[in-house]
Amino acid sequence: MSASSFDIVVIGAGPGGYVAAIRAAQLGLSAAIVEREHLGGVCLNWGCIPTKALLASAHVLRLAQHAAAFGVDVPQVSFDLARMVKRSRAVSAQLQAGVKQLLKKHKVAVFEGQGKLAGKGRVSVSRDGKTLAELSARHIILATGARPRVVAGLEPDGKQVWSYKDALLPPVMPKSLLVVGSGAIGIEFACFYRTLGAEVTVVEVMDRILPAEDAEISALATRSFAKQGIKVLSSATVKRLEKGAEQVTATVASAGKTSVISAERVIVAVGISPNIENLGLEGSKLGFEKGHVRVNQWLETDEPGLYAIGDLTMPPWLAHKASHEAVICVEKIAGAADVHPLDIRRIPGCTYSHPQIASLGLSEEKAREGGREIRIGRFPFQANGKAIAQGESEGLIKTVFDAKTGELLGAHMIGAEVTEMIQGYAIAKTLEATEAELMNTVFPHPTLSEAMYESVLDAYGRVLHS
Amino acid sequence: MPAVSPSMTEGSIARWLKKEGETVKAGELLAEIETDKAVVEFEAVDAGVLGQILVPDGAQNVPVGQVIALLLQPGEDAATLAHSAPVNTPQETAPASAVTMAPAPAPSPAPAAAPASGRIFASPLARRIALERQVDLARIKGSGPGGRIVKRDVEAAAAALPAAAAAYQEIPNNSMRRMIARRLTEAKQSIPHFYLSIDCSIDALLAMRKELNEFSAAARLSVNDFVIKAAALALRQLPEVNASWTEAAIRRYHSVDVSVAVSTPAGLITPIVRDADRKGMAQIASEMKALAERGRMGKLLAEEYQGGGFTISNLGMYGIREFAAIINPPQSCILAVGAGEARPVVKDGALAIATMMTCTLSADHRVVDGALGAEYLAAFRKLIEHPLNMLL
Repeated sequence: MSASSFDIVVIGAGPGGYVAAIRAAQLGLSAAIVEREHLGGVCLNWGCIPTKALLASAHVLRLAQHAAAFGVDVPQVSFDLARMVKRSRAVSAQLQAGVKQLLKKHKVAVFEGQGKLAGKGRVSVSRDGKTLAELSARHIILATGARPRVVAGLEPDGKQVWSYKDALLPPVMPKSLLVVGSGAIGIEFACFYRTLGAEVTVVEVMDRILPAEDAEISALATRSFAKQGIKVLSSATVKRLEKGAEQVTATVASAGKTSVISAERVIVAVGISPNIENLGLEGSKLGFEKGHVRVNQWLETDEPGLYAIGDLTMPPWLAHKASHEAVICVEKIAGAADVHPLDIRRIPGCTYSHPQIASLGLSEEKAREGGREIRIGRFPFQANGKAIAQGESEGLIKTVFDAKTGELLGAHMIGAEVTEMIQGYAIAKTLEATEAELMNTVFPHPTLSEAMYESVLDAYGRVLHS
Repeated sequence: MPAVSPSMTEGSIARWLKKEGETVKAGELLAEIETDKAVVEFEAVDAGVLGQILVPDGAQNVPVGQVIALLLQPGEDAATLAHSAPVNTPQETAPASAVTMAPAPAPSPAPAAAPASGRIFASPLARRIALERQVDLARIKGSGPGGRIVKRDVEAAAAALPAAAAAYQEIPNNSMRRMIARRLTEAKQSIPHFYLSIDCSIDALLAMRKELNEFSAAARLSVNDFVIKAAALALRQLPEVNASWTEAAIRRYHSVDVSVAVSTPAGLITPIVRDADRKGMAQIASEMKALAERGRMGKLLAEEYQGGGFTISNLGMYGIREFAAIINPPQSCILAVGAGEARPVVKDGALAIATMMTCTLSADHRVVDGALGAEYLAAFRKLIEHPLNMLL
């Protein structure tokens, strides 16, 4: 057992925690990080990254399936799910090693075990019931993330009812799949398994899938998924799951009617629960809000010297939000100049479905709230040369501007590569560009990004190619 | 933008007196420039042709050093203008070590305007909102990277302003108003003021004035002209009062220059009667009349209101009995003059009526101690009450 003292001890080494530790080291603070499972957290090991690896496999498969349309003959298209999964795991392993390297480079002390508050300014690290270390810290940052929310009756069993983790490690290819929840996670798995040939049904409790997105984008996504053969049931609730030998039968209530859906596997992706247990929070003043840790704009909890970042706190629950909070939190602790609270309207959200979806800021509906006068621009990929050339002419870029000030209030995109393009609007928004600067920006031809330009022009009645 | 007064950091172009393309001789008037205190005529230093006006009539808050126009030397062609402008950028833009600058930078085809000094860093959105909500970006401190003004700064500033539908109207402060505010605040906060009041009987003075004014209608003397003269002579008698505080030393002035507060529509200005101790009453009266008139029209030259060792502020014409004025730095005293009014007084043990005028001296205690201030007021009263002494 070792005892050490640090300026900052971070509990949890996900995209919030390890970034906090690195930033602390950069600012000359001594930092330690405590991780009970994997460096990189869920994002790198069981979330963002491995799903992107699987979706990349699905993308290659889709291209192969449609190769003939491009004049390329691929006589026999087949796939090996096990190798896809193996590749996905290798990608995570590579990045996990990378995080380890980064922490080492910045001389961050890494403690592998369960971190727990042990009095003011103290963290104990234990594994298998044995205490490994007692750490003291001037500041403690909680970055323990979240886990899938478990709903009674829909508890994952790892066999027939999957959580995202199970869905990343399929032992066999399911012929049919029921996805409960149509947020980014549910939709990405629906797309992946659909591309591989599974019969997929998505059940969403809200009146539309991807309920966080602009309604118009959500409607386009629904249409596109339907074309691919994904069945969508919105305003629907799974009342009961009955597990048979081969099939799970779900009773789904929708619009006052009940229907029965059978599938080999069920993926439950109905939100998250913050990991607040076994952290020794009982004696602290730390408070909660809707089940999540209450923090102020500087990520300070109600307990002095104790901070929380990422999925522990309020939404959006996104890796890049956690990383930014980490930087803000640590810089504030270090007394850095020019630290500003995170503006959640500047946090882009991405769904790696096919087609991709990306958005930033206010939806049209939200922007209109309070009687604000707005301007809406729309530009379809059908009118974009590059999109047609690469055979991905499905998509739309929608922009929302404040009619008075020209502020870019929101951007909503569906189509190829939009997750890579949304940052253009994010930069514009961060620099507080108005429509004038966006119109003065030269977008290269031929690119998909020209559609971003045209959407801005459209909002001001100046669209050129539509 | 030339610095037509030492304290100015920015000025406004009241109007151009020459047009683009007009020939200008050295010493000819080019423009009228409004500073914090007055409108000053700006003369051409060199002869040439006014090639291009870069800052138009009415432009406000132009920083000193910004290029306002381009003058073509004989032989220079107007077509070269677009290229020559950046060479004339103000000194502030030059790196601190001018040596490393050599050789002089070659002219580059950059736009003429926008010098580095005085440039406001603000996001496009911040500028748009500032325009819409009528917030002056120059008065906002930016909180963005490198002090850049961003939306939240403008919104905070706009929120601090009264709502558009407020029960009052906002009159934007001109540079003169802002200067007065700054200087007076500074004076009241940094100078240890103390106040001494004295009552002066002015019956003799009024009689003498009446006689003099009857004798010569040309230069009508006012009571204030006598006050100026008496204050000046008292300063000659007690030169310790005609002084300024500096950290290193007390600066005692050789000449007796009396500033007189004049109210103008744009604000307060203090033209100076120089060598007032040596000037006759008629001269003081005619100078004062001319200075006050030009002050009200905003036509005073810088040297006519800059300097002075002592100030008189007279509110007697408004019936104010007595008041305490704020010292006009770097001077050490200001005399606040009240109205002459008939008051009961005790004369030789009996009640009598006399025309009395109360004067209050505000003094900088760092320069003038109480006894000195009292001595000064006593000398002043003696001159006021026995005005014939002023002729000595």
